[in-house]
Amino acid sequence: MDFNDTPEEAAFRNEARTWLEANGELRDPDENAMGVLSERYGENYIEQAKAWQKKKADARWACITWPEEYGGRGGNAMQSVIWGQEEARIKTPAPIFSIGLGMAGPTVLAHGTEQQKTQWIPKLVSGEEIWCQLFSEPAAGSDLAGLRTTAVRDGDDWVVNGQKIWTTFAHIADWGVLVLRTDPNVPKHAGLSYFVIDMHAPGIEVRPIVQINRATGFNEVFFNDLRVPDANRLDAVGNGWAVAITTLMNERASIGGGGGQGNLFADLMQLSHELEIDGRPAIEDSAVRQQIADFYVRRKGVEYTGLRSLTALSRGGMPGPEASMAKLVGAKLLQDMGSFGMDIQAQAGAIGVEAALQQGSWQEALLAAPGLRIAGGTDEILRNIIAERVLRLPPETRLDKDVAFRDVPSGPAS
Amino acid sequence: MNFDFSEDQKLLQKTVRDYLEEHSPLAVCRDVLESDKPYAPDLWKGAAELGWLGAVIPEEHGGAGFGHLELCLIAEEVGRALAPIPFSSSVYLASEAVLRAGSETQQQALLPKLASGERIGTLALAEKPGIVSEASVQARFENGALTGTKVPVPDGMAAGLAVVAARTPEGVSLVLADLSADGVKREPVDSFDGARPQATLSFENAPAELLGGAGQGWALAEALLDRAAVLMAFEQLGAAERAFEITKEFTLGRYAFGRPVASFQAIKHRLADIWVAIELARSNAYYGAWALSGDEPELPVAAAGARISATDALELAAVEMVQLHGGVGFTWEYDCHLFYRRAKALGLALGSAREWRDKLVRRLDAQSK
Ligand SMILES: Cc1cc2nc3c(=O)[nH]c(=O)nc-3n(C[C@H](O)[C@H](O)[C@H](O)COP(=O)(O)OP(=O)(O)OC[C@H]3O[C@@H](n4cnc5c(N)ncnc54)[C@H](O)[C@@H]3O)c2cc1C
Repeated sequence: MDFNDTPEEAAFRNEARTWLEANGELRDPDENAMGVLSERYGENYIEQAKAWQKKKADARWACITWPEEYGGRGGNAMQSVIWGQEEARIKTPAPIFSIGLGMAGPTVLAHGTEQQKTQWIPKLVSGEEIWCQLFSEPAAGSDLAGLRTTAVRDGDDWVVNGQKIWTTFAHIADWGVLVLRTDPNVPKHAGLSYFVIDMHAPGIEVRPIVQINRATGFNEVFFNDLRVPDANRLDAVGNGWAVAITTLMNERASIGGGGGQGNLFADLMQLSHELEIDGRPAIEDSAVRQQIADFYVRRKGVEYTGLRSLTALSRGGMPGPEASMAKLVGAKLLQDMGSFGMDIQAQAGAIGVEAALQQGSWQEALLAAPGLRIAGGTDEILRNIIAERVLRLPPETRLDKDVAFRDVPSGPAS
Repeated sequence: MNFDFSEDQKLLQKTVRDYLEEHSPLAVCRDVLESDKPYAPDLWKGAAELGWLGAVIPEEHGGAGFGHLELCLIAEEVGRALAPIPFSSSVYLASEAVLRAGSETQQQALLPKLASGERIGTLALAEKPGIVSEASVQARFENGALTGTKVPVPDGMAAGLAVVAARTPEGVSLVLADLSADGVKREPVDSFDGARPQATLSFENAPAELLGGAGQGWALAEALLDRAAVLMAFEQLGAAERAFEITKEFTLGRYAFGRPVASFQAIKHRLADIWVAIELARSNAYYGAWALSGDEPELPVAAAGARISATDALELAAVEMVQLHGGVGFTWEYDCHLFYRRAKALGLALGSAREWRDKLVRRLDAQSK
């Protein structure tokens, strides 16, 4: 057992690090861990993010595993991980390409025609175009296949009507991937088709939604007779569910991570030194230590699970379902840590983000964590996935499987 | 990145599992629980013959000369089988103590016998209820004579040799005591997990000899507990995984309301949570194994992390095992209580998770200064 790179991996890491240090700026270790999670981006964040992406693309560092013909590096999965680790040491701008690079791009690469790949992938790699994912609807979140936005064929186009919601980055996106109902007369999964849409086309209205942390990361998107060329369809009519699964698998892999608690653990150690309980530093209180220890083993458990899957990857295997586990554990951990960081400040914990200790990161964590526990598969859905796909327990009893979609029972319209 | 066991190590683990499946079904555990036997002697003999007892003892002292990584995997299988043998006491504690602190003479005299299973060792620290600490050691050792009472001592009836913490003029020291000598009295005490029974050891001017430096005993004991914590974490992990598998199978086969109880979401989610706890424990244990095998400076933190995570996972798996079995889970006849008992007993051996959480954060804190 060791944590060493193979000689090839070490050489790659070295090359990556050299380029990053020459072209980027090292991250400040005391930086507030919560900025990105809270979707608090500075001014000009789009220009900055585009410039960084272009710089990487010009040097062929933008998409490590993607084919060279579309601007990628043609590397392997392990190299992609190493690049990610090295880039994490550098100050990076807002992750506005995360959906394009993490979900939409891999889906286009897997299901698109040559023409589609050439049209979309290079400009995504080079940071010229921003993508969003329009899956969820008011009546279809966890039950994504219950979506109702329709597409009706009209000549070479499809005419789209309906509404999407919770669409992160829709307000700045150039393109969106979405799933539409093309046939309501067959069971729900069978009536879906997958499209790419131009977010600047007439017939689209985007309305930002304010989140509980006051950020406006996501939006409502309305379609009013939007015309989408049939050339923008990915894969066959009626095959949309299979394509959507590709997107979702990539989504879990890309938001799995460690739950993104950043520097929060170090901050907690510091805080429990600075604050007092009964005239002594809080860390000398056994109840405080009990709680910190619990956070530590959960956090490390996720981190070391990541190393185990990297080992599998490095030995040529496939990553397993641990990405679902990382989000399930990590998001709740963030919420628990946020709450505890406020608790030990006692009444002063009630001070808001702007005025609180340690740049308000505890308050921010508590306000950002619920989003993580919901986005990209809720905790409950992740438990279902673990129970059914990993443990092979019986699937949920379903009332919607073999009936035509129009006959599926639903709640009152909201 | 190489954060996993090697193919050879996994192969060894498989031979251990195969052997235990054949020779240590749960009936063997139950047999010790229901009798006055302190352990299963045939199984002990088998473990010796296969080299498990001397896994980390060098070949020149009669050991198998594997490393700690191999021992971690053997421990996992011993845990999985709920093997009723004094493996942890003799291998993780007594043998480690002699290996780490014994003089050349002590090593020559004892290691071959510990490896062959002819002598069983244990570690005797506790004297009364409450946290065991340097200050709680009241037994005395002077002029070669040991006096005091240790209770509870795991495997105290099975052992022929004890490493005992005692006060000497220089402070707390570890001493080696032959339990068949004059001046030693031992008695079984009723044990929460009767398949891994405890005893009272009373010493009245019993002959003993120093193990390691005088006054170094507590530091040595702490180091031993750290090393044992990693191995114990693997034993706990093995037991947790087995408890989980049995529970899963049971809930798949048990029907209520016309469907397997494993199809109810309340049950599925709990099984998912146990699986997650076990995965976290496994990852923390691997890190402990890495630190133990290379004697890394991270060992004290890694050991505490492994210990806490494994205790959490096994306790959860065992508690839910009883619950998800329903009424039969509460019967003596079903095996759930074997796991329920073992979970608590292993969770308390070496000190409770509560103590390890305290230790962990003190250590992290010391590191950050
Ligand atoms: C910060 C944020 C960003 C997001 N970004 C995007 C985006 O970019 N694009 C996009 O398409 N979507 C996005 N989403 C939407 C997200 O995917 C959905 O909110 C999520 O899938 C849950 O769907 P829902 O909101 O309809 O809740 P529901 O599905 O209505 O869930 C309500 C509750 O019921 C539970 N539940 C539902 N089904 C089951 C079941 N089978 N078993 C047990 N419990 C169940 C849920 O866990 C939840 O607790 C985002 C959400 C958030 C919070």
